[in-house]
Amino acid sequence: MRNITLSQAVNEALAEEMRRDESVFIIGEDVAEAGTPFKVLSGLVEEFGTERVVDTPIAEPGFMGLAVGAAMTGARPVVDLMFGDFIFLIMDQLCNQAAKTHYMSGGKLNVPLVLRTNLGATRRSAAQHSQSLHALVAHIPGLKVALPSSAYEAKGLMKTAIRDNNPVVIFEDKLMYNDKAPVPEDEFLIPFGEANIKREGHDITLIGTSSMVQVCEKAAEILEQEGISAEVIDPRTIVPLDEKTLIESAKKTSRVIVVDEGHQSFGITGEIAGRINEKAFYHLDAPVLRMGAMDVPVPFSPALEDITVPTPEAVAANARLLMSGEMIHAA
Amino acid sequence: MTNTNAEDYLRMYRQMVRIRTFEDNANQLYLSAKMPGLTHMYSGEEAVAVGICEALRTTDKITSTHRGHGHCVAKGADFKEMFCELLGKEEGYCRGKGGSMHIADQSNGNLGANAIVGGSMGIATGAAFTSKLLGKDDVAVCFFGDGATAQGLMYEVMNMAALWKLPVIYACENNGYSEYTRTDEIAAGSITARAEAFGMEAFQIDGQDVLAVNELSQRLIARCRKGEGPFFIELMTYRYHGHHVGDINREYYRSKAEEKDWRENRDPITRFRSWLVEEGIASEEEIEAMNAEIKTDAAAAVEYALAAKYPDASEVDMHVFTDVEHALA
Ligand SMILES: Cc1ncc(C[n+]2csc(CCOP(=O)(O)OP(=O)(O)O)c2C)c(N)n1
Ligand SMILES: [Mg+2]
Repeated sequence: MRNITLSQAVNEALAEEMRRDESVFIIGEDVAEAGTPFKVLSGLVEEFGTERVVDTPIAEPGFMGLAVGAAMTGARPVVDLMFGDFIFLIMDQLCNQAAKTHYMSGGKLNVPLVLRTNLGATRRSAAQHSQSLHALVAHIPGLKVALPSSAYEAKGLMKTAIRDNNPVVIFEDKLMYNDKAPVPEDEFLIPFGEANIKREGHDITLIGTSSMVQVCEKAAEILEQEGISAEVIDPRTIVPLDEKTLIESAKKTSRVIVVDEGHQSFGITGEIAGRINEKAFYHLDAPVLRMGAMDVPVPFSPALEDITVPTPEAVAANARLLMSGEMIHAA
Repeated sequence: MTNTNAEDYLRMYRQMVRIRTFEDNANQLYLSAKMPGLTHMYSGEEAVAVGICEALRTTDKITSTHRGHGHCVAKGADFKEMFCELLGKEEGYCRGKGGSMHIADQSNGNLGANAIVGGSMGIATGAAFTSKLLGKDDVAVCFFGDGATAQGLMYEVMNMAALWKLPVIYACENNGYSEYTRTDEIAAGSITARAEAFGMEAFQIDGQDVLAVNELSQRLIARCRKGEGPFFIELMTYRYHGHHVGDINREYYRSKAEEKDWRENRDPITRFRSWLVEEGIASEEEIEAMNAEIKTDAAAAVEYALAAKYPDASEVDMHVFTDVEHALA
């Protein structure tokens, strides 16, 4: 199988879906000739024209709102939000409009819209260009949320998202755009709500999202050297969440760490840990541990930024504590 | 006067009276504590919704507001499903999930009433975008109040609509008030000038004159279909009731004399009725008969809705997602 970058994978998914369905269009800032600051969309305007790869003014609520209306009336917009941090600007259109339209209309209106944006720190971009805000969106009923962990998932999840009749938010890790992974040449889709067991193990379960899947895999390698067998699971979508696979693994290993790049408090890690506690409590030998990003705005200095996000070493260290029984009550 | 015109005029009159009658009944339902929540009355503004919607086709889209019963009726909705929605009943247009502030007959091109002031400006603009993208000639009309002109979203989407020549009409229902505040105390400059700044043709018109509203709408909608949009219309109008039912003591923000003047001298229904009689399109008796028939219809629909059943509790987690029957199952 060929290896392609995450960026190429997204580009291919969009191109394939735009060829398949004329109602799909891309809208956002600098998406056409510029192909976005990350060059993810390069070449699409040449194939599909400026009617379907639409450069907008710098008006996030405006083009997000426009996309909601377009989606309600027969088009399938893919909104490009340059940085995940800008999601705060479009919250009304995303959470009050897109998320609720189907429900408020008693099932009569649909909003088949994809919001493509990103997450991830350690790019030295400081507090307003580094946040991982997927928990904010996952909190709102009516929105689906996908977190691709490699080029393969980025392509398969994007194609599924475009065909979904609900609003879907996809957060790509902006540090992974150039990372290569094997991606089949033949068409494929990845269904929502199906977790991927990246690595089987029996001593401890490491649940990771987005780039934290790689962090968990590296931690598992470290632990293997020490004779600890870690299972690594990537939920791939957090709404819908494949609770079944996560609970089964928790029951099997009896120890779980949940790793996510959003802030730790009130976030994804707490939600998943809570569900495991509710549904696998009597199978657990240790508290379920949360490892999110530090509850501080993301700092600029590399000396500070790097310590705000979970690392393989930190995950491995916590795994050792859980295994040794030293963490009956998490610090 | 041709026959078809006479029919059009009578339908416009009928629709205005239907809105007024709907609101009178909704008010009674509220006052007799039979309606959950509260509601914003459209009474007094009927010529705006009717003048515009009578110029639209079923496939044309509108977006509505918290004061949305008038738009809903004008775009072709029936009393029965509307009263059911108002009372939270299963047979309501939104199966009781929307209520007064989200009431809409979606099958007639109403994309919903929005409880976020200015929240639908993007949606209407997007509907126009779809029309252009898919090569249709449908037009979208965005209804919003004078208060909503303070929202930034409006300027973002008007910029895009003007740049891309989208078939959308921004219809500002200027009733002079933003909730309990005179809008001229919180709005700088002129409202139409703001649209003109984007190179958009903007019109200010008497929103109590249904014929004038309809004539302008016909003209602008036809131009929109030819790709000459977007347009902006500021319709000068007045709401007779408080901002919402229950906004009774309102002299601190507007006088009884002002209310009386609008009701007695500028009422859109009274004015149009006199015109119909003067022009010999309908007799007083015919009009009285029409009014009575509408009253009877409304009373029957209210009766029906009061007796109709509430949605089953199992519906609470339905319609969260299109492809999941019960989101919490
Ligand atoms: C974003 C937002 N801010 C405030 C409100 C509360 N609110 C509801 S209606 C209204 C006044 C709106 O005035 P206008 O747009 O002129 O409409 P009108 O009520 O006069 O028809 C306000 C402030 C709201 N619903 N949404
Ligand atoms: Mg007003």
